[in-house]
Amino acid sequence: MTTVLETRVLRKAFGGITATNDVSFTLPAGARHALIGPNGAGKTTFVNLLSGVLLPTSGSIFLNGEDVTEWSVRKRSRAGLARTFQINQLFADLTPLQTIMIAINERENAARSWFRSFGARKDLVGEAVELIESLNLADVIHNRVGSLAYGKQRLLEIAIALAAKPSVLLLDEPAAGVPESERDQILNVVAALPASVSLVLIEHDMDLVFRFAKTISVLVNGALFVEGSAEEIARDPRVRQVYLGEEVINHG
Amino acid sequence: MSVASATDMSAAAAGPASLRLMSAARWRWYEFLFWGIAVACGLSTLAPALGFTVPVIPTKLMLMSEILILGLLALSIDLTLGYAGLVTLGQGAFFGIGAYTAGLMAKYGAGVAPLSDPLLGLLGAGLAAGVVGFATSFLVLRGSDLTRLMVTLGVALIVEELVNKLKDITGGTDGLQGVMSSSVLGIWDFDLYGYTAFWYALGITFLCFWFCRRLVNSPFGYSLRAIKGNALRARAIGMPVNARLIQVYTLSAFIAGVAGGLLAQTTQFASPDMVAFHRSADSLLMVIFGGAGHLYGGLIGAAIFRVMQDFLSNITPQYWLFWVGIVLILLVLFVRNGVIGLMMAASQKYIAKVPPKSGALK
Repeated sequence: MTTVLETRVLRKAFGGITATNDVSFTLPAGARHALIGPNGAGKTTFVNLLSGVLLPTSGSIFLNGEDVTEWSVRKRSRAGLARTFQINQLFADLTPLQTIMIAINERENAARSWFRSFGARKDLVGEAVELIESLNLADVIHNRVGSLAYGKQRLLEIAIALAAKPSVLLLDEPAAGVPESERDQILNVVAALPASVSLVLIEHDMDLVFRFAKTISVLVNGALFVEGSAEEIARDPRVRQVYLGEEVINHG
Repeated sequence: MSVASATDMSAAAAGPASLRLMSAARWRWYEFLFWGIAVACGLSTLAPALGFTVPVIPTKLMLMSEILILGLLALSIDLTLGYAGLVTLGQGAFFGIGAYTAGLMAKYGAGVAPLSDPLLGLLGAGLAAGVVGFATSFLVLRGSDLTRLMVTLGVALIVEELVNKLKDITGGTDGLQGVMSSSVLGIWDFDLYGYTAFWYALGITFLCFWFCRRLVNSPFGYSLRAIKGNALRARAIGMPVNARLIQVYTLSAFIAGVAGGLLAQTTQFASPDMVAFHRSADSLLMVIFGGAGHLYGGLIGAAIFRVMQDFLSNITPQYWLFWVGIVLILLVLFVRNGVIGLMMAASQKYIAKVPPKSGALK
């Protein structure tokens, strides 16, 4: 199987703290991979390194065989790497339709135009409407994003990332903070993503992880602790210990 | 078309959705009203000739030209502030560069017809300001709002000092005398009463406004809104954020330069006052008075500001800024987004009180 995303001994240090500790990781095409680990394990730092929000202290990152270690967020995005954010990063004053159109215009290099009317390209608008419908946002398509329910905003996070037609999608805790009643919607959307998109899911919620992921990596203290199939990880006593220990500390 | 039925369905939905997106750019009745009032102000000067008496307006023609020009300057700020979210306290620099460029072209181009042509003068004014805008745009890319305020202020102070020091070119503190543009389009001479000046200023201001209106309703304009809304997300969808900001900042400088050129041509004078710090501060105030992000805010703000100045300085020549300060504080404290914000809130209240006829369906 071809590898779409790879890191080689990737390291990120903030002063004396090593948030990412020599992580070597490969993601095969079409993967359904989860990245889990206790609080502070460095999951979000790792995603920020992959997407280019942070630059690594050492090591390298390859996207579809190309060394993208020094690339900007924008360049990686255009090369097919999309991400969602753990904390919503949306355009509060625009509507979901406008938001998705902005993303599609950018992908199609149609956003440079000074004189065409926004929304004049019916083919692109059709694509935006289709994407919005497929993510259960049709009922709020013209509402102000800032006024949407939190669950809807999380869905829009995913929609924006998909509008770029990525080959690799990093989902940073897509269900974080979503009320129980709206959770299923997000799970279904994630489960229904096309196989052409290779997925990395960063998640706390073990239900979601085991429902969705075929393979799992466990990150502890910035380093890869163990990797394997979902069944192997579920059975691994060391993983249980890491999590149970964490639970005890959290709730103790 | 032999495509999947799902695609057919969304293609059908694309029509209304596309119309909905483009409806934001439709001309509304109040826009016609706004420009209609501007034209009516100019036409009112014909009243005495027709036997009517309109006591105030004809003698205020110069004031109205100035309002249009200051409105254009404020419009250039609205483009960067209201749409891209870039604050600036140095727009006066571009205004002044435009004023001196057009002034010099008119002064030394006299006799050499094309150079003293007013339209060519405006083009020169815009280009000169645009070049400086482009060169300094890299400074506003980094840092927070506060750094941007300081950097743009710094640029404006440098330009102001240069104008004072380069006496041989600019005339120093005496200003640039003898600015005589040739006639507009070779037909209308600038007259003593300011008739030509008013229609010329109105025409150019409207043209620039129309251009900005197209721009903010284009895909480019919406990408600016995205940057203002969330630059991190804009980058993550692959948007070249810095390139977009450089473009809009340069364009804004160009328009400010045109406004400056207009003032020099219509008043036949360019002075250090046109690059002074108060130009930058006043024009920012005008946008805040009127409300940012609607293009009309700057024009409305300029009218309020200038009329207030005219009215109050007749009563208290020394202390009129005191009252401007009071109004500013009240507006910022109690109204969201200036006069336009006030009007939008009022119209929403009205709509809530008088439901549209379709409300009967309930």
